[in-house]
Amino acid sequence: MTMGSNTDFVLAVEDLTVAFDGFKAIDALTLYVDRGELRVIIGPNGAGKTTLLDLICGRTRASNGSIKFKNREMTSLPEHEIVRAGIGRKFQTPSIYENLTVFKNLEVSFPRGRGVFGALAFACTPDVRERIEQVAVEIGLQDALPMEAGLLSHGQKQWLEIGMLLMQEPELLMLDEPIAGMSVRERELTAELLDRIRQRRSMIVIEHDMDFVKKIATKVTVMHQGKILAEGPMDKVQADERVIDVYLGH
Amino acid sequence: MNTANPRARLLPEGIGSILILAVVVFAVMPLVFDIFRLNLIGKYLTYAFVAVGLVMLWGWGGVLSLGQGVFFGLGGYMMAMFLKLEASDPESTKIQSTPGIPDFMDWNQLTALPFWWKPFHSLPLALIAVVAVPVLLAFVIGFAMFKRRVGGVYFAIITQAVALVLMVLIVGQQGYTGGVNGITDLKTMLGWDIRTDSARYILYYVNAGLLFAAILVCRRIQRSKLGTLLLAMRDKEDRVRFSGYDVANFRIFVFCLAAMLCGIGGAMFALQVGFMSPSFVGIVPSIEMVIFAAVGGRMSLVGAVYGTLLVNFGKTYFSESFPDLWLFCMAGLFIGVVMAFPDGLAGVWNKHVQPRIDRRFAAKRPAAVAAPAADPAVAPGRA
Repeated sequence: MTMGSNTDFVLAVEDLTVAFDGFKAIDALTLYVDRGELRVIIGPNGAGKTTLLDLICGRTRASNGSIKFKNREMTSLPEHEIVRAGIGRKFQTPSIYENLTVFKNLEVSFPRGRGVFGALAFACTPDVRERIEQVAVEIGLQDALPMEAGLLSHGQKQWLEIGMLLMQEPELLMLDEPIAGMSVRERELTAELLDRIRQRRSMIVIEHDMDFVKKIATKVTVMHQGKILAEGPMDKVQADERVIDVYLGH
Repeated sequence: MNTANPRARLLPEGIGSILILAVVVFAVMPLVFDIFRLNLIGKYLTYAFVAVGLVMLWGWGGVLSLGQGVFFGLGGYMMAMFLKLEASDPESTKIQSTPGIPDFMDWNQLTALPFWWKPFHSLPLALIAVVAVPVLLAFVIGFAMFKRRVGGVYFAIITQAVALVLMVLIVGQQGYTGGVNGITDLKTMLGWDIRTDSARYILYYVNAGLLFAAILVCRRIQRSKLGTLLLAMRDKEDRVRFSGYDVANFRIFVFCLAAMLCGIGGAMFALQVGFMSPSFVGIVPSIEMVIFAAVGGRMSLVGAVYGTLLVNFGKTYFSESFPDLWLFCMAGLFIGVVMAFPDGLAGVWNKHVQPRIDRRFAAKRPAAVAAPAADPAVAPGRA
């Protein structure tokens, strides 16, 4: 493992490599995310986008390199410690507790009582309830709180999972294709939601929808074959010949 | 909580059904059956501890253990060791070549009590061991397995292996454990004869009281955030992990909880039945215990108790009448329940019986009184 350098960035990924049976899914990748930035990662299928998020949140272990979150090394921490440090992860397919109510889904995500005996003693006090209602308003599900989460529409499930992340008050949110399967109207609402979230947090979003990317991105990173092909503002990246070749098409 | 969950099977047990079960166990059974049968029911109710533990571990925690007999056996042996030492005072064992040690030790040419038997001269230490030894073993197994994310079928197979290992160990170390016969001829506890009818009544009630305490504790856990988390990690393990929880710790906890209940059940078994043997430790009894919970309904604490009673009544009846068929019946029952009624008796009750009662008494209050008569566990008992 190489030692990463200390920076002002909220997230500093340096020289990150992971190999599966010799195949380098991520190859000596270096990436910095600023505080308050919304970074969108695009790239063709198999470029290593989801693998990168998996590495940052600890789901996959790096073969080499460093991931520093607020200058703290993350590569050796277990997943729950990474979450507690302030990194939230939303999965590609909505991952919510379908049999529990929307309220319970959010309650479980509240960052208190995370140990076994803490959970046993946990009480839904007024401050917890207030926070749940606050987040529910934020994600537009304030009327759905008593509903079983499995009955929500696909888009609402996506929002609920984002809401569950917000409950944890993360400083960095990582969203894997948050608008997949959403209607046009839902996409607009999601763009607004992400815009509000970004006021106080940093975000990494994987997305394929170029119109959506244009709307939300501060900066875009294009990945290809485990490496970064191009990085910068959307218009600059879109004009990049190599990006057009491998991803956007002529 | 103002958020009602529409799916009944995910709600912790209603206090009503627990009260009905209490009436059945504390009043109906002792009134209907003579002391011989009641002692038998008391024995079944010791298995119910295991079934209740499995509801927490398997139903709520999503972890299937096929080795719960290990913890039941350990609890039973801890109790039996104490009772055996009390039964082996120098006076009553004076015909042995070494008086004052358990008879099976003498038969196996042991001339002194092994050091690890000595703490079992003390009842408080024995009672602590009843709980602590199963919990400790569960903690070690749980820590080794769950921290490495071993789960599902692999975990079930490993628990089977543990059951087999313990059984072989007990059978093989005859001089220390009583071997295949187990620890027999248990007579008194602190001078109190446990074989008399009055003692059997008292033990039945102590056992039932402990069982209800266990059910209430489990219900409390189900209603806590821990219960919600167990359900959550059963269905979406990664989501729970990425909400900042150490999933393994919760599994270890619920495994230890189930082991503790097994240990208590085992100790009550030794007290009521008067012996403990390796036949309650191995693979077959461990699987039978899973069937108790499956038949009763693996999400329902109360259902698990009914399931245990029903299967055991069935076992007693069938194995007396058709000893060769019993194992096939048992297998058929298990397959049938899993295929047709995955939520067991409790599921059938919630789906078919409860709605009818609700409809009939829609004008009045929901009928709690009508339930014991329809109680599935009572009918086969009359056979």
